[in-house]
Amino acid sequence: MLLLEQLPVNYAPVAFQFFVAVGFVVVTMLATHLIGPKRKTSDKLTPFESGVEVQGNARHPMSVKYFLVAILFVLFDVEVIFMYPWAVNFRELGILGMLEMFTFMIFLLLGFIYIIKKGALNWE
Amino acid sequence: MSETLNYWLVIVGILFVLLNIAAFLIWVERRMLALWQDRLGPNRAGPFGLLIILADTLKLFFKEDWIPPFADRHVFVIAPAVIVISVLLSFAIIPFAPAIQIVDLNIGLLFFLGMSSLGVYSIVLGGWASNNKYSLLGALRGASQMISYEVFMGLSLMGVVMLSGSFSLRTIVEAQKDYWFVLLQPVGFVIFFIAGIAETHRLPFDIPEAESELVAGFHSEYSGMKFGMFFIGEYLGITLISSITVALFFGGWLGPAFLPPLAWFAIKTAGFILFFILLRASLPRPRYDQLMEYGWKILLPLTLLNLLVTGGIILFLNQP
Repeated sequence: MLLLEQLPVNYAPVAFQFFVAVGFVVVTMLATHLIGPKRKTSDKLTPFESGVEVQGNARHPMSVKYFLVAILFVLFDVEVIFMYPWAVNFRELGILGMLEMFTFMIFLLLGFIYIIKKGALNWE
Repeated sequence: MSETLNYWLVIVGILFVLLNIAAFLIWVERRMLALWQDRLGPNRAGPFGLLIILADTLKLFFKEDWIPPFADRHVFVIAPAVIVISVLLSFAIIPFAPAIQIVDLNIGLLFFLGMSSLGVYSIVLGGWASNNKYSLLGALRGASQMISYEVFMGLSLMGVVMLSGSFSLRTIVEAQKDYWFVLLQPVGFVIFFIAGIAETHRLPFDIPEAESELVAGFHSEYSGMKFGMFFIGEYLGITLISSITVALFFGGWLGPAFLPPLAWFAIKTAGFILFFILLRASLPRPRYDQLMEYGWKILLPLTLLNLLVTGGIILFLNQP
């Protein structure tokens, strides 16, 4: 609480909101855990696979595309973050800031064109 | 001390209203879908079938709370909690009316973007911990979909930030006194709304839980109130995206004086929630590759262009 009061904006309500939200979730999930019946049957012990007998483990290798998208997200999100402060201050930064941001976006787009040409975003 | 008490009252009040809205939306959605599909929908329990909300909630509580023995026990329990907590926290920065707002952060919009990003953990952890093939597929799809649409979700809001010069939602709403930002930022609004649908993985972008392919996607193995948490999270997500859209693009609580500000906010938000449901009733689900290409190859460049054009016009008009 002391730490929260030292910040320029009062973050205490966010902390309160967090406690209330956690409280709601914990109480609800505990309640259903205690109220609900407990019946173990053999069908429940295997993962659901449309009624077919389970084949092997779920955790086998997946298409690498998902991983590639995650990496591209990290790259682009970091680049996009640079635009947030510019958007708030861009009136003060004026024409010069606009030109600089324009240059930055061209670099971003060059990378973007590169990944498209490489076929990183093509799904088969 | 009375200030602290006031906070608690507002927080608990808002939380109570939000959870009721989430439950109420189940009935609204089923009735509206039925209306648009020329059916009746739930109409037996109570007036207009309203008591189905109570029945649904009670049923969820009294169902078996099953944690499969093949699942990662701890992660399996944490996953549904994450989505509800992160969405509820996002509501902290929403200005419902001039006097009703939990906290007016100077970085409000960033806080919203950060919290909505946390929702992806819920899907990934839930799908992974279930140790079920359908769940894992749904989780992976959901993760790539949500992070892809997140890149330009924040960026599409920067036009609004440039117009108002602030991240604080209260300042943004007050900056729309003369005209709503949707008139100045129509492209930003459309892109944000599409990204919002993808972010809440609602139809037509419900690919992580596509029933016809993946049973129930990432929450196939969930039951009882843990499943209910994903459900509440989804409906709260709809409400969140609708209220953020209203606050940023449609003037928030502003409106003619014959209704109180809170009523204006509620009416506008309800309109968007109904639009979410209409989308579900009217649009087919796109293929996964179409969804990803649409996001990366069309919406992302369009957002950058929108930002540059907005900046250029504002600077041109402000020239001395």
